[in-house]
Amino acid sequence: MLYTLFVVNKAGGLIYQQNFSETAAKLSSNDYLRLASTFHSIQAISRQLSPVHSRFGFGIERIETDTFVLQAFQSQTGVKFVVTASPETKNLKNFLRRLYELYADYVLKNPFYELDMPIRCELWETMLQRAVEDHQRASS
Amino acid sequence: MELRRFTQPNKPTNTTTVSNSEIAKWNILDRPLTRSRDELALSTFSFLFAEAVQYLQTRVQQVSELEDKLNQLGYRVGQRALELLYFRERINKREIRIVSILGFIRVQLWKFLFKKSADYLKKVTDREDEYYIEEEEPLVNRFISVPKDFGQLNCAAFMAGIIRGALDSAGFTASVSAHYIHRAESSRRAVSIFMIRLEESVMNRERRLAG
Repeated sequence: MLYTLFVVNKAGGLIYQQNFSETAAKLSSNDYLRLASTFHSIQAISRQLSPVHSRFGFGIERIETDTFVLQAFQSQTGVKFVVTASPETKNLKNFLRRLYELYADYVLKNPFYELDMPIRCELWETMLQRAVEDHQRASS
Repeated sequence: MELRRFTQPNKPTNTTTVSNSEIAKWNILDRPLTRSRDELALSTFSFLFAEAVQYLQTRVQQVSELEDKLNQLGYRVGQRALELLYFRERINKREIRIVSILGFIRVQLWKFLFKKSADYLKKVTDREDEYYIEEEEPLVNRFISVPKDFGQLNCAAFMAGIIRGALDSAGFTASVSAHYIHRAESSRRAVSIFMIRLEESVMNRERRLAG
């Protein structure tokens, strides 16, 4: 089951956040912002910890705990998609790739969206909802 | 922040010279007009159109002005598209009646531009000089979500301009505007309609032809 989605811009600012489940932890919007930028920084640090320097790696991709998993995907332009889900959830990697596709289509091709600003696009919401439902159906 | 991973290794640059004929192949103005249709990626068009809307936004004060500018932009496309379509398809017949030119736009011109015909062409029941073309999802709006503070702006005003341009070139002066229509019974997206109001002179001619 999917819990929460974060979209983080290349500077570490949270530009979109949504809960997909009743059981997802509810935090104040300030806490979400803090969480997003903290994760952004940790990821940047983790990249430097690696003994081998990879040109394409972007640091932490997945965190597993007893109660949830966190999967991250970063695009070439530095936009990060981070999703938390229950531990048994599969196909999270594909799900995030799908979201990246939707972001490229319904956010970046929208003339009323300003880069790196919070996402407020009706179509993105609709398509995101659809993608979540598809994922839920596929994994159930 | 480290940006090194974004840089690609330097590729050897291609130093071979390009002949003039090859340049001519790339230059759209040097291609023969009769050339079979080229298709353009939807993404390419969408980015260009989004850029155009963004540019126009910086040049207007009000939403209605933006709509006008988009309409004007489409007008120029419509004029040329009609000309090119007639030329390419070797159409020798000139439409002189309102319903047939509107049908021509709905089917042929639409297919030429968007690879599909428009969904419906309807007449406004209580007005003699008004028609509308209905399109469930106009191509230009595929990726566009209009924010609330832009009111009823419909970026398909660009397509309304295309219709106006084509009609005007064909000798049917009209004003065309794009609107969203919310259908109460369905929760799906609002459909777009292109409201076409023909000018009095055109209506007079139509009456003469009918009579």
